[in-house]
Amino acid sequence: MTRHLLTKAEASQPHLNSFITLCHDQAISAARAADEARTRGENSLLLGIPVAHKDAFCTAGIRTTSGSRMLSNFIPPYESTVSRKFKDAGAVCLGKTNMDEFAMGSSNENSFFGAVRNPWDLSRVPGGSSGGSAAAVAAGLVPAATGTDTGGSIRQPAAFCGISGLKPTYGRVSRLGMIAYASSLDQGGPLAHTVEDLALLLKVMAGLDENDSTSADAPVPDYAATLATPLQGLRIGLPREVFSETAHPEAARALQAAIAELEKLGATLVDITLPHTALSVPAYYVIAPAEASTNLSRFDGVRYGHRCDNPTDLEDLYSRTRAEGFGKEVQRRILIGTYALSAGYYDAYYRQAQRIRRLIKNDFVAAFSQVDTILTPVTPGPAFGLGAKTSDPVAMYLEDIYTVPTSLAGLPGLSIPCGFAEGMPIGMQLIGNYFDEARLLNLGHQFQLHTDWHTRRPDVTRITASAN
Amino acid sequence: MQWEVVIGLEVHVQLATQSKIFSGASIAFGAEPNTQACAVDLAMPGMLPVFNEEALNMAIKFGLAIDANINKVSVFDRKNYFYPDLPKGYQISQLDYPTVEKGHLDITLEDGSSKRINVTRAHLEEDAGKSLHEDFHGQTGIDLNRAGTPLLEIVSEPELRSAKEAVAYLKKLHSIVTYLGISDGDMSQGSMRCDCNVSLRPFGQQEFGTRTEIKNVNSFRFVEKAINCEIERQMDILEDGGRIIQETRLYNPDKDETRSMRSKEHANDYRYFPDPDLLPVVIQDETIERIRQSLPELPEAKKSRFVSDYGLTDYDAGILASTRAQADYFETVAKRCDDAKLAANWIMGELSKWLNQENLEIQQSPVTAQQLGDLILRVKDNTLSGKLGKTVFESLWQREGEVDAIIEKKGLKQVTDSSAIEAMIDEVLNANAAQVEQYRAAEPEKQAKMLGFFVGQAMKASRGKANPQQVNEALTRKLNG
Repeated sequence: MTRHLLTKAEASQPHLNSFITLCHDQAISAARAADEARTRGENSLLLGIPVAHKDAFCTAGIRTTSGSRMLSNFIPPYESTVSRKFKDAGAVCLGKTNMDEFAMGSSNENSFFGAVRNPWDLSRVPGGSSGGSAAAVAAGLVPAATGTDTGGSIRQPAAFCGISGLKPTYGRVSRLGMIAYASSLDQGGPLAHTVEDLALLLKVMAGLDENDSTSADAPVPDYAATLATPLQGLRIGLPREVFSETAHPEAARALQAAIAELEKLGATLVDITLPHTALSVPAYYVIAPAEASTNLSRFDGVRYGHRCDNPTDLEDLYSRTRAEGFGKEVQRRILIGTYALSAGYYDAYYRQAQRIRRLIKNDFVAAFSQVDTILTPVTPGPAFGLGAKTSDPVAMYLEDIYTVPTSLAGLPGLSIPCGFAEGMPIGMQLIGNYFDEARLLNLGHQFQLHTDWHTRRPDVTRITASAN
Repeated sequence: MQWEVVIGLEVHVQLATQSKIFSGASIAFGAEPNTQACAVDLAMPGMLPVFNEEALNMAIKFGLAIDANINKVSVFDRKNYFYPDLPKGYQISQLDYPTVEKGHLDITLEDGSSKRINVTRAHLEEDAGKSLHEDFHGQTGIDLNRAGTPLLEIVSEPELRSAKEAVAYLKKLHSIVTYLGISDGDMSQGSMRCDCNVSLRPFGQQEFGTRTEIKNVNSFRFVEKAINCEIERQMDILEDGGRIIQETRLYNPDKDETRSMRSKEHANDYRYFPDPDLLPVVIQDETIERIRQSLPELPEAKKSRFVSDYGLTDYDAGILASTRAQADYFETVAKRCDDAKLAANWIMGELSKWLNQENLEIQQSPVTAQQLGDLILRVKDNTLSGKLGKTVFESLWQREGEVDAIIEKKGLKQVTDSSAIEAMIDEVLNANAAQVEQYRAAEPEKQAKMLGFFVGQAMKASRGKANPQQVNEALTRKLNG
């Protein structure tokens, strides 16, 4: 099976470009080891299950690039906590998936290794920044993959590719060995076809890590055990700010149908308000670049990664290494972040953005005193065409409008397919209270028991057929 | 014009923790380059800092020792700048919420009076690595062993008024941190480094003059010299009607001058902001109380106890209590020989003379406190004369064995047998009959002087071993008899 999937993935590369690195040898030997373990009668949660890791997770002995030229030659000597947990659970890593450079992007067009395409329509983007993972799962190259989500980077590509994805509560999953974009927002999570699979994958990924100070010391429940709980009496909040906007009409109709379905399953709908939602994108695009601007200072050409040829002096080493190593969007965010933290601008930008962040968090805290979960769209509309928004960064940033508030508040968000618009899948987002992933997964699973959106697959026979 | 000198010190103290402040790597000095730097210290992608509580406890200890406020919540910030020996491109430090604030310590001035110096704050931060410019043929080598070593930066109010006061303050800090055992205080290895802020103002003026900062001075002596030469430089400029430029300067001990490193215009904007990888540090009252209970006796307390318990003078007690090692040494010697005054004299006299000669610290002394105690016992019980005591001390210094064995081996035992002494004196008197005549004919005042000659002859004859007091008595008796 591993060999079959590797061949399929290989064949898909010219069309989808969902992988940066395929690990043939390591995957085959891991699969063989899993077979032997099974023969010995051993079992573990993911024994022999093929997975792919977003290239933001460091994997010992396997090149890890974060989608950047800066790390195009970087082979970590250590394993991220997430990828180690998958290894320990018996999973077989097929490869490292493509991504927006340093997880900065909403379309996966910002990768040094080329754009990823959406398996539903090769002329459209798969979303970002975990676009490689989402495309690989949607195309059936792997049954599950990891992603990272800073402002929507798991949820948005999951929605664009018609699969399920979960951004857990900040602190639920260790960030150790995950190459940082914005430390106070970054969170690893799983992508798969079904919520049932997500429950299993989260069980493997979650938990306290003594080596990540921001990882939470909260018990990891058996998420699969509560999937079957009936939805009777569950209160779902619908923020009026979100639903009063002029939305993509086809997408809005699909979402309304999904809401009606949940009501039929016994959930109660509650009108709620999240008054500061409109401020979330501006706040996010100050805080995340500010953190990124210093997180990325370590890439200086001194110790590892890209180094420019024949530097004349220190200044030259720094400026040419970084000008060559970082792509345009990364440079833009470093500049924005540096500016936001500069003397004289700090109060107007960074401090102000932190204030907004607190207000947004308070909005959610107030809302969760009335409801158990909150429902919103994941994106304004279905996947857009490649190149459609690359020349307008602000339009691109507004893609994150529904996912960013959750990130700023540190809350968990589940993205599941709920219909189609323009022939492309669209998703709905279910937001839970802190560490209430079990309820989100229960809700998502119940929805999937009564709908079939998650079973729809793009036709990929042509793009995954091997050349011979 | 009469100028008033204003000095404030920023002292970086390396904390003697087992491992680094944000990683598990060792902090031992002198290892091969880059052998004590782990993935966190190298700022490898995805690596995260984890705060070492041992460093926090040491900062609290220091705060309590200078009667400061311990902030219940302190926050780590990133201080951003690019330099090859700063792997992350930022240093983790504390800006707005340091662990320790508003303490004070007392220094003793030259005239013996005491002056209180306020300590603004003491914050925790990580050290950078080292850039090595030699041996690389025009290139620079980077050693990251030191990167991540915990530092406590202690900032004084600008209340010091001379280089001597600055040194007294620094010595006091040194004594406190070594007493507390939170640093080895070894300035030659960079365990304590000092930035000196110096400015001048006309006497009586309220506002401060423009200051300069002399970076990274690493010995008491250099602090004094660097400040004095900076005072002189500034005074020359001001007297000539010039103005001081706010800048960072470096002291060159070989030339005994400071030179400009960078001016304020070229200063970095460090873009401080709270490090999102670390949670705020919350300190419980119980933690502070537990540490307070475990504080050792501090220099001031020890000094007063030396005065009251051992009857030492203020001066002697102050010197002996100035370092924990010296105080411990003194107490061991005093207990062993049961004579605090003699113990103090020997330590401040013979022992410190030898230590100074060979440039050693008391904890490196080849003569142990037990040995010195034994030696003093042998002087007290008249086995040794004071002079021969020094001979034995030298043998101890050369590690020739224990006190009694040395006395035995070298035959240094003092002669106290009075008949032997009398016989020897008779011989001396017979051999110097003429001088005896002169003595007896002389005036009493002159006799006293002439006695010295006979004592010298007698001691010489006994090869120094005769008890000098007995010799004196017997000679006086016989010459006058």
